[in-house]
Amino acid sequence: MAALNNLTEHLEAFVDVTRSPTHHAESLKAIATSLEKGVLSINQLVVEMDMYLTTTDDVVRARGILLLAEMLDYLKSKPLDNAVVHSLVGFFTAKLAEWRSVRGALSGCLALIKRKGVAGVVTAVDAEAVAKSMAQSIQVQSLALYDRKLCFELLECLLEQYPEAMINLGDLMVYATCEAIDGEKDPPCLMIAFHVVELLARLFPSPSGPVASEASDLFEFISCYFPLHYTHTKGDEASIPREDLSRGLSLAISSTPFFEPYAIPLLLEKLSSSLPVAKVDSLKCLKDCAVNYGVSRMKKHYKYLWPALKDALYASTKTDLSFGLESLTSPGFGMGEIHREAVNLLQRLVKQDISFLGLVVEDIRVNMVFDTISRYSRYEEMLDTSKLEVLVVSQILSVSARSSVESCNIIFETFFSRLMNTLGIVEKTSTGDLVHNEISTVSTRLYHGGLHLCIELLTTSKDLIPSSEECTSTPESAQQSWCSIVSRFSASLIEAFTSAVQSSNDDCSADAYLGVKGLLAMGMFRGGSSPVSRSEFEKILTTLTSIITANSAKTVKWELALKALVCMGSFIDRYSESEKAMSYMAIVVENLVSLVRSSHCSLPHPMILEATSEVCSTRPTYVEKMVEGFEEAFCSSFSDFCVNGNFKSIENCSQLLECVTNKLLPRLTEIDGLEKSLVHFAISMWNQIESSVVFSYDFNGREFVEAAMKTMGEIVGVASVDSQNSIIQKAYNVISSSTLPAMESIPLTVAALEGLQRDLSTRDELILSLFASVIIGASPKASIPDVKSLVHLFLVSFLKGYIRAAQALGSMINKLGTGSGGTNISTDCSLEEACDIIFHESDSSKTICGSETFLGKICLGFCGSLDHQTRAITGLAWIGKGLLMRGDKRVNEIALVLMECLKSTNSSGNALHPSTMKHAADAFLTLMSDSEVCLNRKFHAVIRPLYKQRFFSITVPILESLIVNSQTPLSRTMLHVALAHVVSNVPVTVILDNTKKLLPVILEGLSVLSVDSVHKETLFSLLLVLSGTLTDIKGQQSVSDNAHRIIECLVKLTSYPHLMVVRETAIQCLATLLELPHGRIYPFRREVLQAVTKALDDPKRRVREEAIKCRQAWTSISSRSTPF
Amino acid sequence: MVSGLINENPIVYEIKERRDVRAYSSNTDELSVDAIDQLEVFDILFVRLSNSKALSHHIRDIKDPEHPYSLEQLKVLTEDSVEVDDTKSHVRVTFTPTVEHCSMATIIGLCVRVKLMRSLPSRYKIDIRVAPGTHATEAAVNKQLNDKERVAAALENPNLVEMVDECLSPSFE
Repeated sequence: MAALNNLTEHLEAFVDVTRSPTHHAESLKAIATSLEKGVLSINQLVVEMDMYLTTTDDVVRARGILLLAEMLDYLKSKPLDNAVVHSLVGFFTAKLAEWRSVRGALSGCLALIKRKGVAGVVTAVDAEAVAKSMAQSIQVQSLALYDRKLCFELLECLLEQYPEAMINLGDLMVYATCEAIDGEKDPPCLMIAFHVVELLARLFPSPSGPVASEASDLFEFISCYFPLHYTHTKGDEASIPREDLSRGLSLAISSTPFFEPYAIPLLLEKLSSSLPVAKVDSLKCLKDCAVNYGVSRMKKHYKYLWPALKDALYASTKTDLSFGLESLTSPGFGMGEIHREAVNLLQRLVKQDISFLGLVVEDIRVNMVFDTISRYSRYEEMLDTSKLEVLVVSQILSVSARSSVESCNIIFETFFSRLMNTLGIVEKTSTGDLVHNEISTVSTRLYHGGLHLCIELLTTSKDLIPSSEECTSTPESAQQSWCSIVSRFSASLIEAFTSAVQSSNDDCSADAYLGVKGLLAMGMFRGGSSPVSRSEFEKILTTLTSIITANSAKTVKWELALKALVCMGSFIDRYSESEKAMSYMAIVVENLVSLVRSSHCSLPHPMILEATSEVCSTRPTYVEKMVEGFEEAFCSSFSDFCVNGNFKSIENCSQLLECVTNKLLPRLTEIDGLEKSLVHFAISMWNQIESSVVFSYDFNGREFVEAAMKTMGEIVGVASVDSQNSIIQKAYNVISSSTLPAMESIPLTVAALEGLQRDLSTRDELILSLFASVIIGASPKASIPDVKSLVHLFLVSFLKGYIRAAQALGSMINKLGTGSGGTNISTDCSLEEACDIIFHESDSSKTICGSETFLGKICLGFCGSLDHQTRAITGLAWIGKGLLMRGDKRVNEIALVLMECLKSTNSSGNALHPSTMKHAADAFLTLMSDSEVCLNRKFHAVIRPLYKQRFFSITVPILESLIVNSQTPLSRTMLHVALAHVVSNVPVTVILDNTKKLLPVILEGLSVLSVDSVHKETLFSLLLVLSGTLTDIKGQQSVSDNAHRIIECLVKLTSYPHLMVVRETAIQCLATLLELPHGRIYPFRREVLQAVTKALDDPKRRVREEAIKCRQAWTSISSRSTPF
Repeated sequence: MVSGLINENPIVYEIKERRDVRAYSSNTDELSVDAIDQLEVFDILFVRLSNSKALSHHIRDIKDPEHPYSLEQLKVLTEDSVEVDDTKSHVRVTFTPTVEHCSMATIIGLCVRVKLMRSLPSRYKIDIRVAPGTHATEAAVNKQLNDKERVAAALENPNLVEMVDECLSPSFE
């Protein structure tokens, strides 16, 4: 009873139109749940609602019916009694006639009709009754938008679910649809309406059926929408996009062949319009029609269709054919949408009916091209009209040829020999030799237009060769007559293309382009039935390779040939053509690799390397071969340098290494097996260095060492742990055989270091740098032998000025296991022990790493020379970075030492040298910034999250207090530099949390740093931090409080002479400040405007542009009386 | 003031593609100087000038602007109509009213002048003129636009200033 009481309440709530929609939805929901739970049956509901459904109050009755309909919609998947459904549908059908409650009636019918697969569906007889009632009593176009949509949905549903019943109704449904669509303007409704037409067409396919007899009327109603055009595009995002609707219309138009007599003329007329949208739509629609109307009906329109299509193609083609590198594998000219659709249509028509091709073949315009082609030899000389002719005809022919094997045969039979004749290319005789007669001497006549045509045809036809599987199923037949035509000409064609390439000179890229493209087309026929024989294929390869090897400068021709070879290589790999792969290997790969090996050839070394690496990366086997070649080349050049002092060889070596780093390493994931070969390469580098004991000549530059370090580090970085171990072991052996271990015994005292004046030998330096790179790249899991002495070695060598050693030490410290619980069991030294060695104290054995340590003392200038001091600071920074990233506490002590160095005097009262302070300030950049060369993800660094934040919170307060107490201007500047490094490298959110505290310091920093041009980069990064705080809501309050100081500072920076970006950013910041409360900034307008006006005359355009915007913005807040 | 639109159906031209000759290559060199050139002045004029507002006095009354075109599309101003000499600090802008009796010519000219005054360094002398033979009262308009006193006086008229500001305010299209 309670449920029923509630029900009445809910019913009242829903029926009452004065209540809010949320109220309505709630009561609806409540009733639906009780129905679903079975507390209330639908019968009960109807009985209960009796009064609402039959009352004479129209509004209440409409609401009541709507409620019942909504309920049925909720219960779509709940089984109902058949009798109930029958009576309900009868009720709603009857109500359709009553306009006041039409929405409820429609929803009710729709909800019932939609029931599918559950107990209680509407019977066919009832559905028929619904349709009849709807057709007779509803005037769709007089209804509101939502109701119209319901009508169309109901129609759609009826046609989809009760096709038999609808067929019984026959004419009535077609009339009803026509009437409903007439005048509809809303996209969602139209979308459904178009589908309804499609369904009708499917339902009545017979030529004597109602659709056939009403075709003209029905078509009239839908064709008036073509081509679709939206008049109101804005504010209607939820609506259906134009493309979808246009697709729906196209499907409706093409739905039945009975529309054909009306549709095709209309579409052809629209195709001739000048509106691009109309053209595209009619081409798309014509394609759909061609598919659905069938060949026999389309046939009678061919004679109108072909010229229209041709015109569309002519009108949409541009004449600027590109002879560039990028168009080697594409058509070479831009394709608009119209063009694309026209091409699709043409292809469809030819594919569907070969007789359409007759029109193409007999077309005068097409044929004329073959007669006029020989009028011009160069493309640039051609008139625009003849360029257009050539391009369009080549498109038409290639598209038609692509459609089917049959069409391809016809095209080749009709045109190819003619084309060959015009070009002076002769046939192969039955014996296989070329006919050598008078004509062949003329074969050097090259007509660009003709060549283009020829290449287009060849390129398309290659897609028609069936792949090997298909080949076995369909017997080799005479079907492929085009193949035999091509093979008859292939030898001379290749010759013609070759001569085109060879005759080309630098100022004309067209010759080279067409030649290479032709060769590429000839080389891309796949499979056994290829019209190009193996020997001919090899000839193509030889020609292209010779172009690459013969040119001594990087010309267009060279690049084209290289790209063609790469294309062919990847083509061979894709279709796994083993025979061709062998030829490719023998001719291209081996040739190039042998060029890399031999140090003497006309081609510049970088070009050989580029060509080889590009060509070889198309297939794993080639890569292997190439890396082998590289190895050999490296070894021979290196020993050539060591023995003969040939500087050219060492230059080659560094170029080779650069090629490995830049070209091969980035593609590691793409090429299988590359890693293994590269590791082998790295080991043989070590072998080579080991075996060349004596360097009779000194290096004349750091280039080689740099390149070697980079390559070595990156190879180790990408290698697996096992390979890393083997490289490390090898490298360690080399180290221990050198004179370097001697350094390990040097005690860490100043006297000993002073005594070690002599620099390392060149070889030792190379070995040390390479070894450091190996250590930098190694992962934490790799095992490093004899860590203790290595730590010592690196320590001594960075004090001697080898920064790489400091970086290696940092990396090592970063990755070492943490003693007993360490992850790495194979290392014999834990982090603690390593730190012991580094920070060993001069007097006691306590391990802290503050200023009492040996390194700390050097840093602070208590002992050692200035050189030692700066080196120690740099080294300490790298070690600190290693510790910082792994989250080790000892970094705090290091930071303290570094900050100590920034004070003007050390604790014993001696003044610190300016360069010491500068290095100490830069050390903070090393600590905070992300490094490219070491300690990053690529080199497997151990990185604890938020390490920057932690360092920030420790150092910033100390730096701030030091700034306050700083004694000399220099020290103050340096402290600001250090602070700027810390602040600008921390994530911006951290800054925003501390804006209040930081803003005054940042502003002071900006003014201090702007004094000297040395600090311009630091100044800029600090300015960026400031600009970050200005735009954020979090920083707004403190920005507003400091507005006067910020503006003062920024105004100064607008005339900063040393860096344009600083001026630009300062002006942008000024513009941003306008977001502050008017009262805060208004007093400064005069000052700002003055500064910005000055900036209008800035030497840099970008600054001026910003100044204009900023000035405009600031002017608008000042009073009207100052227009300028 | 005229209440209707003066030229109800203007010819709209396609906008010429901007030549992108300056790829900001000089950015790395701090000392090099980018001289103010024709294109820059042209850009200055086109950052903000939009005809939909310039031509209609009753801007607030118009919900759906009849001319949503820029001065560039109407060929009132073209790149070639701007002459700049940076060394002599002189710029001359020649504009072409859409119709001969366009009473908006002075307003457009005034807008152009104010825009340039606000955007170019103060060392510049600015000349604005109507293209010869394109306006009925060409001489009068030219004289008015280049008369310092009259321009200053015009800008003391709050209504006029408001209108100019309206033209120059950023249009969100």
